[in-house]
Amino acid sequence: MKSGSRLEKLFEQGEFVVSGEIGPPKHSNPAIIKEHAKMLKEYVDAANLTDNQTAIVRISSIASAVHVLGEELEPIIQMTVRDRNRIGIQSDLLGAASLGVKNVLCLSGDHQSFGNHPTSKNVHDLDSIQLVAALKQMRDDKQFVCGEEMKESEPQFLIGAVANPFGDPFEYRVMRLEKKINAGADFIQTQCIFDMERFERWMDMVRERGLHKKAKIVAGLMPLKSHKAARYMNKNVSGMIVPDSIIERMEKAEDPKAEGVQICVEQIQHLQKMEGIAGVHIMAVAWEEIIPTIVEKAGLYPRPKVS
Amino acid sequence: MIVAQGKSIAEVAKLIEDANKVLVVGCGGCVTVCLAGGEKEVGVLASALRMLRQKENKPLETVEVTLSRQCDPEYMDMLEKYITDDIDCVVSMACGVGVQFIAERFDKWVVPALNTKFAGGAMEHGVWGERCGLCGECVLHKTGGICPIIRCSKSILNGPCGGSQDGKCEINQDVECAWQLIYDRMKKLGQLDKLMEIEPAKDWSKSRDGGPRKVVREDVMIP
Repeated sequence: MKSGSRLEKLFEQGEFVVSGEIGPPKHSNPAIIKEHAKMLKEYVDAANLTDNQTAIVRISSIASAVHVLGEELEPIIQMTVRDRNRIGIQSDLLGAASLGVKNVLCLSGDHQSFGNHPTSKNVHDLDSIQLVAALKQMRDDKQFVCGEEMKESEPQFLIGAVANPFGDPFEYRVMRLEKKINAGADFIQTQCIFDMERFERWMDMVRERGLHKKAKIVAGLMPLKSHKAARYMNKNVSGMIVPDSIIERMEKAEDPKAEGVQICVEQIQHLQKMEGIAGVHIMAVAWEEIIPTIVEKAGLYPRPKVS
Repeated sequence: MIVAQGKSIAEVAKLIEDANKVLVVGCGGCVTVCLAGGEKEVGVLASALRMLRQKENKPLETVEVTLSRQCDPEYMDMLEKYITDDIDCVVSMACGVGVQFIAERFDKWVVPALNTKFAGGAMEHGVWGERCGLCGECVLHKTGGICPIIRCSKSILNGPCGGSQDGKCEINQDVECAWQLIYDRMKKLGQLDKLMEIEPAKDWSKSRDGGPRKVVREDVMIP
């Protein structure tokens, strides 16, 4: 065991894992985090706590993780390289480990020009692959990035990274995934999948290289609320493709929210049959309360126990 | 070259509002090439400032001179005769280096008339593009001659972030994704396998984070 996290144990057991996502609030009251954690804990195996998502200042992912731990839900902290240099990152990671966090997801982070501080100075001292390598070095070699040895208690993290099969250049996306895995990623969460055909082509390449055997690939999903949201994401969210067929299906639906749930459930059922998919990650941005419904309808409730 | 861009006339006027006589100093180096601070621009700025002050009934006297370079003590010495006691303020039309060299050399108030932008080149007449991040440790041999430090919005050394789509950067449709450019070029050159190498954490001490840098060439120093 690398981390002993629930997530790692379930991966080892060969379960089809389900993770969710909780977006921390833009103020200092943690009530909503705790509420969402309570709501999700029976339905997901672990929950991502986003790190200043879309470059908007929020309660930190590590502080949020502690609130989630208090509700007996396992956190996956997100860590971006946008806001901290290698000193800040390693310090925060030691802090997170000391507070009981066992899963970390490494990301570049959205560019600060999208957030509420567009005039801020970004950092990017490390990139996301270098962050993955840094975590592995801390955990497996008991060393800081500078090479200095840790005296005791190296952080025992399960290392996550992200992949976007919908970004370009398409052919390089799998090479980059392989780089992340070579750098030390244990599991991968993908960008939200709407274009299943492109995702399947990407998975073909993933399997050709045997990458699904080297790291657990968790497919990202997002339940849609309306055709407008779908159209907006297709147009405005970088690296996201929502096919016309999905937009039309949402547009024609009598009850768009129910249709969004139905699409998500169908996607899960499809992904369960796909070789190399180790689970799903449900990102219901600002609609966290729908996750239990999706999990139940997809037949993924109750969640398996760690043996 | 260093690419700079003029501050607005109003902004420069505000910087010298208390002065009655100013010395406007141009530079014959990079800022002449990028049409921001050469002899011609000195003339235009000085006359615009005079006209503006005339309108305000607070006449301004200007003295104009353009040095071959403001980043060299040799040329800076030539300024001595222009910096007379009655000069209230020096307006430098060089990059930030020139402004500082004047300030280091003379006990006079110096203001910048330009905003120093980046190290780049002319893409077409009237358009300049950034090409170098001045990081102190060039990696262009690993990336097909395209700099990821400055041309990737996140300075990623290991391939494109998730925001790259249709060859464009997530921040703006007008910004080309540096990693798409790198990928295309490496593919064309049959060097894609090189992009599989994991580039380790960069040594930024050779960049700005090591404090002001110095290049010493002992072989050309005069004892």
